[in-house]
Amino acid sequence: MRTMEEQIATNKRDSIILVGIVSVTLVALFYLFAQVYDPSLVFVFLIIAVILSTLGTIASYWYSDKIVLSVTKTREPTPIEQAHLSNVVEGLAIAAGIPAPRFVIIADDVNLNAFATGRDPNHAVLAVTSALLKVMSREELEGVIAHEMSHIENYDIRFSSMVAVLVGIIVIASQIFLRSMWFSGGNRDRKGGNFIFLLIGIILAILAPIFTQLIQLAVSRQREYLADSSGAYLTRNPEGLASALEKIKNQNVNTKVNGAVSHLYFVNPLLPKNAESLFATHPPIEERIRRLREM
Amino acid sequence: MIEYVIIGILVLLVIIFVYYFNRLNVLSNTIDNSWAQIDVQLKKRADLVPNLVETVKGYAAHEKSIFEAVSDARARMVGAKTIEEKDQAGNMLAGTLKSLFAIAENYPELKANQNFLMLQEELSGIENKVAYARQHYNDSVLVFNNLVTTLPGSIFAGILGKKTRTYLEIESKEREPVKVQF
Repeated sequence: MRTMEEQIATNKRDSIILVGIVSVTLVALFYLFAQVYDPSLVFVFLIIAVILSTLGTIASYWYSDKIVLSVTKTREPTPIEQAHLSNVVEGLAIAAGIPAPRFVIIADDVNLNAFATGRDPNHAVLAVTSALLKVMSREELEGVIAHEMSHIENYDIRFSSMVAVLVGIIVIASQIFLRSMWFSGGNRDRKGGNFIFLLIGIILAILAPIFTQLIQLAVSRQREYLADSSGAYLTRNPEGLASALEKIKNQNVNTKVNGAVSHLYFVNPLLPKNAESLFATHPPIEERIRRLREM
Repeated sequence: MIEYVIIGILVLLVIIFVYYFNRLNVLSNTIDNSWAQIDVQLKKRADLVPNLVETVKGYAAHEKSIFEAVSDARARMVGAKTIEEKDQAGNMLAGTLKSLFAIAENYPELKANQNFLMLQEELSGIENKVAYARQHYNDSVLVFNNLVTTLPGSIFAGILGKKTRTYLEIESKEREPVKVQF
Protein backbone atom coordinates (compact mmCIF):
# COMPACT_ATOMS: atom_id res chain seq x y z
CA MET A 1 0.00 0.00 0.00
CA ARG A 2 1.24 3.47 -0.81
CA THR A 3 1.98 5.70 2.14
CA MET A 4 -0.42 8.47 3.08
CA GLU A 5 2.06 11.09 1.83
CA GLU A 6 2.25 9.45 -1.58
CA GLN A 7 -1.52 9.31 -1.79
CA ILE A 8 -1.77 13.00 -0.94
CA ALA A 9 0.88 13.93 -3.52
CA THR A 10 -0.89 11.86 -6.19
CA ASN A 11 -4.24 13.45 -5.49
CA LYS A 12 -2.82 16.96 -5.61
CA ARG A 13 -1.11 16.19 -8.90
CA ASP A 14 -4.20 14.51 -10.37
CA SER A 15 -6.30 17.54 -9.46
CA ILE A 16 -3.99 19.74 -11.55
CA ILE A 17 -4.03 17.30 -14.47
CA LEU A 18 -7.80 17.21 -14.27
CA VAL A 19 -8.03 20.99 -14.56
CA GLY A 20 -5.76 20.79 -17.62
CA ILE A 21 -7.85 18.11 -19.35
CA VAL A 22 -11.11 19.88 -18.63
CA SER A 23 -9.81 23.26 -19.83
CA VAL A 24 -8.53 21.78 -23.09
CA THR A 25 -11.86 20.00 -23.63
CA LEU A 26 -13.79 23.20 -23.02
CA VAL A 27 -11.62 25.19 -25.43
CA ALA A 28 -12.02 22.49 -28.09
CA LEU A 29 -15.78 22.42 -27.58
CA PHE A 30 -16.08 26.17 -27.92
CA TYR A 31 -13.81 26.25 -30.95
CA LEU A 32 -16.16 23.82 -32.70
CA PHE A 33 -19.08 25.78 -31.41
CA ALA A 34 -17.69 28.86 -33.18
CA GLN A 35 -16.98 26.99 -36.38
CA VAL A 36 -20.56 25.79 -36.54
CA TYR A 37 -22.19 29.12 -35.77
CA ASP A 38 -19.97 31.84 -37.06
CA PRO A 39 -16.24 31.27 -37.69
CA SER A 40 -15.58 35.01 -37.58
CA LEU A 41 -16.47 34.98 -33.89
CA VAL A 42 -13.92 32.31 -33.03
CA PHE A 43 -11.97 34.68 -30.77
CA VAL A 44 -15.03 35.63 -28.81
CA PHE A 45 -15.85 31.98 -28.29
CA LEU A 46 -12.32 31.13 -27.25
CA ILE A 47 -12.30 33.98 -24.75
CA ILE A 48 -15.58 32.69 -23.34
CA ALA A 49 -14.03 29.21 -23.10
CA VAL A 50 -10.99 30.53 -21.26
CA ILE A 51 -13.14 32.57 -18.88
CA LEU A 52 -15.43 29.61 -18.30
CA SER A 53 -12.60 27.20 -17.55
CA THR A 54 -10.93 29.75 -15.27
CA LEU A 55 -14.13 30.34 -13.36
CA GLY A 56 -14.79 26.61 -13.36
CA THR A 57 -11.36 25.93 -11.88
CA ILE A 58 -11.81 28.57 -9.20
CA ALA A 59 -15.29 27.30 -8.38
CA SER A 60 -14.18 23.68 -8.31
CA TYR A 61 -11.25 24.43 -6.02
CA TRP A 62 -12.68 26.93 -3.54
CA TYR A 63 -16.40 26.30 -3.69
CA SER A 64 -16.71 22.62 -4.54
CA ASP A 65 -17.97 21.79 -1.05
CA LYS A 66 -20.71 24.43 -1.24
CA ILE A 67 -21.67 23.37 -4.76
CA VAL A 68 -21.76 19.70 -3.81
CA LEU A 69 -23.80 20.43 -0.68
CA SER A 70 -26.24 22.56 -2.67
CA VAL A 71 -27.09 19.73 -5.07
CA THR A 72 -27.47 17.19 -2.27
CA LYS A 73 -30.28 17.82 0.19
CA THR A 74 -28.36 18.43 3.39
CA ARG A 75 -29.29 20.19 6.60
CA GLU A 76 -27.62 21.04 9.90
CA PRO A 77 -27.71 18.24 12.51
CA THR A 78 -30.24 18.37 15.34
CA PRO A 79 -28.76 18.52 18.87
CA ILE A 80 -29.38 14.79 19.29
CA GLU A 81 -27.68 13.95 16.01
CA GLN A 82 -24.89 16.35 16.94
CA ALA A 83 -24.29 14.56 20.22
CA HIS A 84 -24.46 11.17 18.54
CA LEU A 85 -21.97 11.98 15.80
CA SER A 86 -19.54 14.40 17.38
CA ASN A 87 -17.79 11.88 19.63
CA VAL A 88 -17.27 9.45 16.75
CA VAL A 89 -16.13 12.14 14.33
CA GLU A 90 -13.80 13.83 16.81
CA GLY A 91 -12.29 10.53 17.91
CA LEU A 92 -11.56 9.37 14.38
CA ALA A 93 -10.21 12.78 13.38
CA ILE A 94 -7.74 12.46 16.25
CA ALA A 95 -6.83 8.95 15.09
CA ALA A 96 -6.22 10.26 11.57
CA GLY A 97 -4.34 13.29 12.86
CA ILE A 98 -6.56 15.83 11.10
CA PRO A 99 -8.87 18.54 12.43
CA ALA A 100 -12.42 17.35 13.10
CA PRO A 101 -14.50 18.13 10.00
CA ARG A 102 -17.84 19.94 10.07
CA PHE A 103 -20.74 17.57 9.54
CA VAL A 104 -24.20 17.84 8.03
CA ILE A 105 -27.15 15.49 7.65
CA ILE A 106 -28.62 14.27 4.39
CA ALA A 107 -32.38 14.15 4.94
CA ASP A 108 -33.01 10.53 3.97
CA ASP A 109 -34.67 8.15 6.39
CA VAL A 110 -34.29 5.05 4.22
CA ASN A 111 -30.86 4.87 2.67
CA LEU A 112 -27.63 4.33 4.55
CA ASN A 113 -25.04 6.53 2.94
CA ALA A 114 -22.41 9.20 3.51
CA PHE A 115 -19.94 11.38 1.65
CA ALA A 116 -17.16 13.85 2.33
CA THR A 117 -16.25 16.93 0.34
CA GLY A 118 -14.03 20.01 0.55
CA ARG A 119 -10.60 20.94 -0.72
CA ASP A 120 -8.37 19.76 2.13
CA PRO A 121 -8.64 18.43 5.69
CA ASN A 122 -8.96 21.98 7.02
CA HIS A 123 -12.00 22.68 4.85
CA ALA A 124 -13.74 19.34 4.89
CA VAL A 125 -17.42 18.61 5.32
CA LEU A 126 -18.81 15.23 6.19
CA ALA A 127 -22.39 14.29 5.33
CA VAL A 128 -24.33 11.26 6.53
CA THR A 129 -27.93 10.27 5.95
CA SER A 130 -30.32 10.49 8.89
CA ALA A 131 -31.05 6.79 8.40
CA LEU A 132 -27.39 5.92 8.91
CA LEU A 133 -27.44 7.45 12.39
CA LYS A 134 -30.59 5.56 13.32
CA VAL A 135 -29.66 2.12 12.02
CA MET A 136 -25.93 1.69 12.55
CA SER A 137 -24.39 0.47 15.78
CA ARG A 138 -21.52 2.49 17.16
CA GLU A 139 -18.90 0.18 15.64
CA GLU A 140 -20.57 0.26 12.24
CA LEU A 141 -20.91 4.04 12.36
CA GLU A 142 -17.23 4.28 13.25
CA GLY A 143 -16.42 2.09 10.26
CA VAL A 144 -18.31 4.32 7.83
CA ILE A 145 -16.98 7.56 9.30
CA ALA A 146 -13.42 6.16 9.29
CA HIS A 147 -13.81 5.38 5.58
CA GLU A 148 -14.84 8.98 4.92
CA MET A 149 -12.09 10.25 7.21
CA SER A 150 -9.54 8.46 5.01
CA HIS A 151 -10.95 10.20 1.93
CA ILE A 152 -10.45 13.49 3.76
CA GLU A 153 -6.98 12.66 5.04
CA ASN A 154 -5.56 11.58 1.68
CA TYR A 155 -7.09 14.47 -0.33
CA ASP A 156 -9.45 12.20 -2.26
CA ILE A 157 -12.09 14.79 -1.40
CA ARG A 158 -10.24 17.51 -3.30
CA PHE A 159 -9.97 15.47 -6.46
CA SER A 160 -13.44 13.93 -6.30
CA SER A 161 -15.16 17.24 -5.56
CA MET A 162 -13.30 18.95 -8.40
CA VAL A 163 -14.33 16.12 -10.72
CA ALA A 164 -17.95 16.64 -9.66
CA VAL A 165 -17.92 20.36 -10.46
CA LEU A 166 -15.85 20.21 -13.65
CA VAL A 167 -17.76 17.24 -15.06
CA GLY A 168 -20.93 19.22 -14.38
CA ILE A 169 -19.60 22.21 -16.35
CA ILE A 170 -18.66 20.10 -19.37
CA VAL A 171 -22.03 18.37 -19.35
CA ILE A 172 -23.85 21.71 -19.20
CA ALA A 173 -21.72 23.23 -22.02
CA SER A 174 -22.36 20.20 -24.24
CA GLN A 175 -26.06 20.33 -23.49
CA ILE A 176 -26.28 24.02 -24.42
CA PHE A 177 -24.40 23.31 -27.62
CA LEU A 178 -26.61 20.40 -28.64
CA ARG A 179 -29.85 22.13 -27.76
CA SER A 180 -29.05 25.42 -29.41
CA MET A 181 -28.11 23.56 -32.58
CA TRP A 182 -31.49 21.94 -32.52
CA PHE A 183 -33.14 25.36 -32.74
CA SER A 184 -30.71 27.15 -35.05
CA GLY A 185 -30.60 24.43 -37.69
CA GLY A 186 -31.48 25.53 -41.22
CA ASN A 187 -31.29 29.26 -40.51
CA ARG A 188 -28.12 29.77 -42.43
CA ASP A 189 -26.60 28.38 -45.57
CA ARG A 190 -23.80 26.12 -44.53
CA LYS A 191 -20.79 25.36 -46.62
CA GLY A 192 -19.27 21.91 -46.81
CA GLY A 193 -16.55 22.73 -44.28
CA ASN A 194 -19.10 23.89 -41.80
CA PHE A 195 -21.00 20.68 -42.14
CA ILE A 196 -17.99 18.61 -41.20
CA PHE A 197 -17.40 20.84 -38.20
CA LEU A 198 -21.02 20.49 -37.30
CA LEU A 199 -20.70 16.73 -37.39
CA ILE A 200 -17.49 16.73 -35.35
CA GLY A 201 -19.09 19.19 -32.98
CA ILE A 202 -22.09 16.98 -32.39
CA ILE A 203 -19.93 13.92 -31.88
CA LEU A 204 -17.62 15.74 -29.48
CA ALA A 205 -20.53 17.26 -27.59
CA ILE A 206 -21.95 13.80 -27.12
CA LEU A 207 -18.62 12.19 -26.32
CA ALA A 208 -17.23 14.84 -23.95
CA PRO A 209 -19.65 14.10 -21.11
CA ILE A 210 -19.13 10.38 -21.59
CA PHE A 211 -15.36 10.74 -21.42
CA THR A 212 -15.53 12.92 -18.37
CA GLN A 213 -17.87 10.42 -16.80
CA LEU A 214 -15.33 7.71 -17.53
CA ILE A 215 -12.71 9.77 -15.68
CA GLN A 216 -15.14 10.01 -12.81
CA LEU A 217 -15.60 6.24 -12.77
CA ALA A 218 -12.09 5.07 -13.37
CA VAL A 219 -10.69 7.15 -10.57
CA SER A 220 -13.20 6.33 -7.92
CA ARG A 221 -13.27 2.54 -7.66
CA GLN A 222 -9.71 2.02 -6.47
CA ARG A 223 -10.21 4.90 -4.08
CA GLU A 224 -13.07 3.08 -2.41
CA TYR A 225 -11.01 -0.03 -1.70
CA LEU A 226 -8.17 2.12 -0.43
CA ALA A 227 -10.48 4.12 1.84
CA ASP A 228 -11.98 0.88 3.12
CA SER A 229 -8.61 -0.45 4.13
CA SER A 230 -7.31 2.83 5.58
CA GLY A 231 -10.60 3.20 7.41
CA ALA A 232 -10.29 -0.28 8.86
CA TYR A 233 -6.76 0.60 9.91
CA LEU A 234 -8.00 3.70 11.72
CA THR A 235 -10.60 1.84 13.75
CA ARG A 236 -8.47 -1.33 13.98
CA ASN A 237 -11.76 -3.07 13.34
CA PRO A 238 -12.53 -4.19 9.75
CA GLU A 239 -15.60 -6.04 10.96
CA GLY A 240 -17.39 -2.80 11.90
CA LEU A 241 -17.17 -1.54 8.32
CA ALA A 242 -17.97 -4.96 6.86
CA SER A 243 -21.11 -5.30 8.93
CA ALA A 244 -22.11 -1.73 7.99
CA LEU A 245 -21.81 -2.73 4.34
CA GLU A 246 -23.95 -5.81 5.01
CA LYS A 247 -26.71 -3.62 6.42
CA ILE A 248 -26.43 -1.28 3.45
CA LYS A 249 -26.69 -4.19 1.03
CA ASN A 250 -29.95 -5.28 2.60
CA GLN A 251 -31.55 -1.90 3.13
CA ASN A 252 -30.65 0.59 0.40
CA VAL A 253 -33.01 1.27 -2.47
CA ASN A 254 -32.26 2.99 -5.74
CA THR A 255 -32.10 6.74 -5.14
CA LYS A 256 -31.93 9.58 -7.62
CA VAL A 257 -29.02 11.87 -7.00
CA ASN A 258 -27.29 14.36 -9.23
CA GLY A 259 -25.12 12.25 -11.55
CA ALA A 260 -22.12 14.54 -11.13
CA VAL A 261 -21.82 13.74 -7.42
CA SER A 262 -22.73 10.03 -7.35
CA HIS A 263 -19.07 9.00 -7.11
CA LEU A 264 -18.65 10.90 -3.85
CA TYR A 265 -20.94 8.64 -1.87
CA PHE A 266 -19.90 5.84 0.45
CA VAL A 267 -21.95 3.39 -1.63
CA ASN A 268 -23.46 4.23 -5.00
CA PRO A 269 -26.94 5.70 -4.46
CA LEU A 270 -27.92 4.63 -7.98
CA LEU A 271 -27.94 0.88 -7.63
CA PRO A 272 -26.45 -0.38 -10.89
CA LYS A 273 -27.98 -3.38 -12.60
CA ASN A 274 -24.55 -4.71 -13.26
CA ALA A 275 -22.04 -3.66 -10.67
CA GLU A 276 -19.13 -4.92 -12.74
CA SER A 277 -19.99 -2.68 -15.66
CA LEU A 278 -17.69 -0.04 -17.05
CA PHE A 279 -19.99 2.63 -15.68
CA ALA A 280 -20.03 1.55 -12.05
CA THR A 281 -18.50 4.24 -9.84
CA HIS A 282 -18.19 1.89 -6.90
CA PRO A 283 -16.87 -1.63 -6.53
CA PRO A 284 -19.52 -4.23 -5.72
CA ILE A 285 -20.48 -4.23 -2.04
CA GLU A 286 -19.95 -7.99 -1.76
CA GLU A 287 -16.37 -7.59 -2.95
CA ARG A 288 -15.72 -4.80 -0.46
CA ILE A 289 -17.06 -6.97 2.35
CA ARG A 290 -14.95 -9.91 1.21
CA ARG A 291 -11.76 -7.86 1.20
CA LEU A 292 -12.49 -6.43 4.64
CA ARG A 293 -13.14 -9.84 6.13
CA GLU A 294 -9.87 -11.14 4.72
CA MET A 295 -7.81 -8.51 6.53
CA MET B 1 35.21 18.43 -16.56
CA ILE B 2 36.01 16.58 -13.35
CA GLU B 3 35.21 19.74 -11.37
CA TYR B 4 31.68 19.74 -12.71
CA VAL B 5 31.21 16.11 -11.76
CA ILE B 6 32.40 16.84 -8.23
CA ILE B 7 30.21 19.93 -7.96
CA GLY B 8 27.27 17.92 -9.30
CA ILE B 9 27.78 15.19 -6.71
CA LEU B 10 28.12 17.74 -3.92
CA VAL B 11 24.91 19.50 -4.94
CA LEU B 12 23.13 16.15 -5.07
CA LEU B 13 24.42 15.26 -1.61
CA VAL B 14 23.22 18.57 -0.21
CA ILE B 15 19.77 18.02 -1.70
CA ILE B 16 19.54 14.52 -0.26
CA PHE B 17 20.73 15.77 3.10
CA VAL B 18 18.15 18.57 3.15
CA TYR B 19 15.44 16.08 2.20
CA TYR B 20 16.24 13.73 5.06
CA PHE B 21 16.82 16.57 7.49
CA ASN B 22 13.35 17.95 6.77
CA ARG B 23 11.69 14.58 6.75
CA LEU B 24 13.14 13.52 10.08
CA ASN B 25 12.10 16.81 11.63
CA VAL B 26 8.61 16.78 10.14
CA LEU B 27 8.01 13.25 11.39
CA SER B 28 9.34 13.93 14.86
CA ASN B 29 7.18 17.08 15.02
CA THR B 30 4.20 14.93 14.08
CA ILE B 31 4.93 12.71 17.07
CA ASP B 32 5.18 15.73 19.38
CA ASN B 33 1.95 17.05 17.98
CA SER B 34 0.16 13.77 18.53
CA TRP B 35 1.38 13.76 22.10
CA ALA B 36 -0.15 17.22 22.44
CA GLN B 37 -3.47 15.69 21.34
CA ILE B 38 -3.26 13.09 24.11
CA ASP B 39 -2.28 15.77 26.57
CA VAL B 40 -5.32 17.87 25.72
CA GLN B 41 -7.62 14.94 26.47
CA LEU B 42 -5.77 14.01 29.66
CA LYS B 43 -6.09 17.59 30.85
CA LYS B 44 -9.81 17.64 30.09
CA ARG B 45 -10.20 14.46 32.08
CA ALA B 46 -8.19 15.78 35.00
CA ASP B 47 -10.40 18.88 35.04
CA LEU B 48 -13.57 16.81 35.27
CA VAL B 49 -12.33 14.53 38.06
CA PRO B 50 -12.77 16.87 41.09
CA ASN B 51 -16.30 17.64 39.97
CA LEU B 52 -17.06 13.95 39.61
CA VAL B 53 -15.60 13.12 43.00
CA GLU B 54 -17.69 15.85 44.63
CA THR B 55 -20.85 14.55 42.99
CA VAL B 56 -20.22 10.98 44.06
CA LYS B 57 -19.29 12.08 47.59
CA GLY B 58 -22.74 13.59 47.93
CA TYR B 59 -24.24 10.10 47.74
CA ALA B 60 -21.50 7.78 48.88
CA ALA B 61 -19.39 9.77 51.31
CA HIS B 62 -18.04 6.69 53.11
CA GLU B 63 -16.29 5.17 50.07
CA LYS B 64 -13.15 7.02 51.14
CA SER B 65 -10.52 4.66 49.73
CA ILE B 66 -11.70 5.08 46.15
CA PHE B 67 -11.76 8.88 46.42
CA GLU B 68 -8.20 8.78 47.68
CA ALA B 69 -7.11 6.48 44.87
CA VAL B 70 -8.68 8.78 42.28
CA SER B 71 -7.16 11.94 43.71
CA ASP B 72 -3.77 10.25 44.02
CA ALA B 73 -3.82 9.17 40.40
CA ARG B 74 -4.93 12.60 39.31
CA ALA B 75 -2.23 14.36 41.34
CA ARG B 76 0.37 11.98 39.95
CA MET B 77 -0.75 12.68 36.39
CA VAL B 78 -0.78 16.43 36.83
CA GLY B 79 2.69 16.31 38.38
CA ALA B 80 4.19 13.95 35.80
CA LYS B 81 7.28 15.21 33.98
CA THR B 82 7.98 12.79 31.13
CA ILE B 83 5.63 11.46 28.51
CA GLU B 84 5.91 7.91 29.83
CA GLU B 85 5.14 8.97 33.40
CA LYS B 86 2.19 11.04 32.34
CA ASP B 87 0.81 8.33 30.10
CA GLN B 88 1.11 5.72 32.83
CA ALA B 89 -0.52 7.99 35.38
CA GLY B 90 -3.26 8.66 32.83
CA ASN B 91 -3.91 4.94 32.52
CA MET B 92 -3.95 4.61 36.28
CA LEU B 93 -6.49 7.41 36.57
CA ALA B 94 -8.63 5.72 33.93
CA GLY B 95 -8.47 2.51 35.99
CA THR B 96 -9.49 4.20 39.24
CA LEU B 97 -12.33 5.99 37.45
CA LYS B 98 -13.51 2.62 36.24
CA SER B 99 -13.70 1.41 39.83
CA LEU B 100 -15.44 4.61 40.84
CA PHE B 101 -18.13 4.06 38.24
CA ALA B 102 -18.44 0.45 39.33
CA ILE B 103 -19.05 1.57 42.90
CA ALA B 104 -21.60 4.12 41.67
CA GLU B 105 -23.63 1.16 40.45
CA ASN B 106 -24.59 0.46 44.05
CA TYR B 107 -26.22 3.86 44.50
CA PRO B 108 -29.42 4.17 42.44
CA GLU B 109 -29.94 7.80 43.44
CA LEU B 110 -26.46 8.69 42.26
CA LYS B 111 -27.08 6.91 38.99
CA ALA B 112 -30.15 9.07 38.44
CA ASN B 113 -28.27 12.30 39.13
CA GLN B 114 -28.18 14.45 35.96
CA ASN B 115 -24.81 15.91 36.77
CA PHE B 116 -23.36 12.45 37.31
CA LEU B 117 -24.78 11.14 34.06
CA MET B 118 -23.37 14.07 32.15
CA LEU B 119 -19.93 13.61 33.67
CA GLN B 120 -20.05 9.91 32.94
CA GLU B 121 -20.96 10.55 29.32
CA GLU B 122 -18.26 13.14 28.91
CA LEU B 123 -15.60 10.97 30.54
CA SER B 124 -16.44 8.01 28.33
CA GLY B 125 -16.11 10.29 25.27
CA ILE B 126 -12.72 11.46 26.51
CA GLU B 127 -11.68 7.87 27.17
CA ASN B 128 -12.40 7.03 23.56
CA LYS B 129 -10.46 10.02 22.29
CA VAL B 130 -7.49 9.20 24.49
CA ALA B 131 -7.45 5.74 22.93
CA TYR B 132 -7.52 7.17 19.40
CA ALA B 133 -4.92 9.80 20.24
CA ARG B 134 -2.60 7.12 21.64
CA GLN B 135 -3.16 5.07 18.51
CA HIS B 136 -2.21 8.05 16.35
CA TYR B 137 0.85 8.64 18.52
CA ASN B 138 1.99 5.07 17.98
CA ASP B 139 1.26 5.28 14.25
CA SER B 140 3.44 8.39 14.06
CA VAL B 141 6.20 6.70 16.04
CA LEU B 142 6.06 3.72 13.68
CA VAL B 143 6.58 5.91 10.59
CA PHE B 144 9.43 7.77 12.28
CA ASN B 145 11.12 4.63 13.56
CA ASN B 146 10.86 2.98 10.15
CA LEU B 147 12.76 5.89 8.65
CA VAL B 148 15.36 6.01 11.41
CA THR B 149 16.10 2.29 11.37
CA THR B 150 16.21 1.60 7.63
CA LEU B 151 18.78 2.63 5.04
CA PRO B 152 19.45 5.26 3.92
CA GLY B 153 17.47 7.11 6.56
CA SER B 154 19.48 5.55 9.36
CA ILE B 155 22.69 7.19 8.07
CA PHE B 156 21.18 10.65 8.25
CA ALA B 157 19.47 9.89 11.54
CA GLY B 158 22.92 8.94 12.86
CA ILE B 159 24.49 12.17 11.62
CA LEU B 160 21.67 14.27 13.03
CA GLY B 161 21.54 12.32 16.29
CA LYS B 162 17.93 11.21 15.89
CA LYS B 163 17.05 8.08 17.84
CA THR B 164 14.04 5.81 17.67
CA ARG B 165 11.11 6.91 19.82
CA THR B 166 9.29 4.61 22.22
CA TYR B 167 5.74 3.45 21.75
CA LEU B 168 3.06 4.01 24.34
CA GLU B 169 2.02 0.73 25.84
CA ILE B 170 -1.30 -0.45 24.54
CA GLU B 171 -3.45 -2.27 27.02
CA SER B 172 -5.60 -5.06 25.73
CA LYS B 173 -8.79 -3.30 26.78
CA GLU B 174 -7.55 -0.02 25.37
CA ARG B 175 -10.42 0.78 23.07
CA GLU B 176 -13.18 0.22 25.56
CA PRO B 177 -14.59 3.34 27.13
CA VAL B 178 -15.11 3.62 30.86
CA LYS B 179 -17.75 1.02 31.58
CA VAL B 180 -20.35 1.26 34.22
CA GLN B 181 -20.67 -2.46 34.67
CA PHE B 182 -17.98 -4.96 35.37
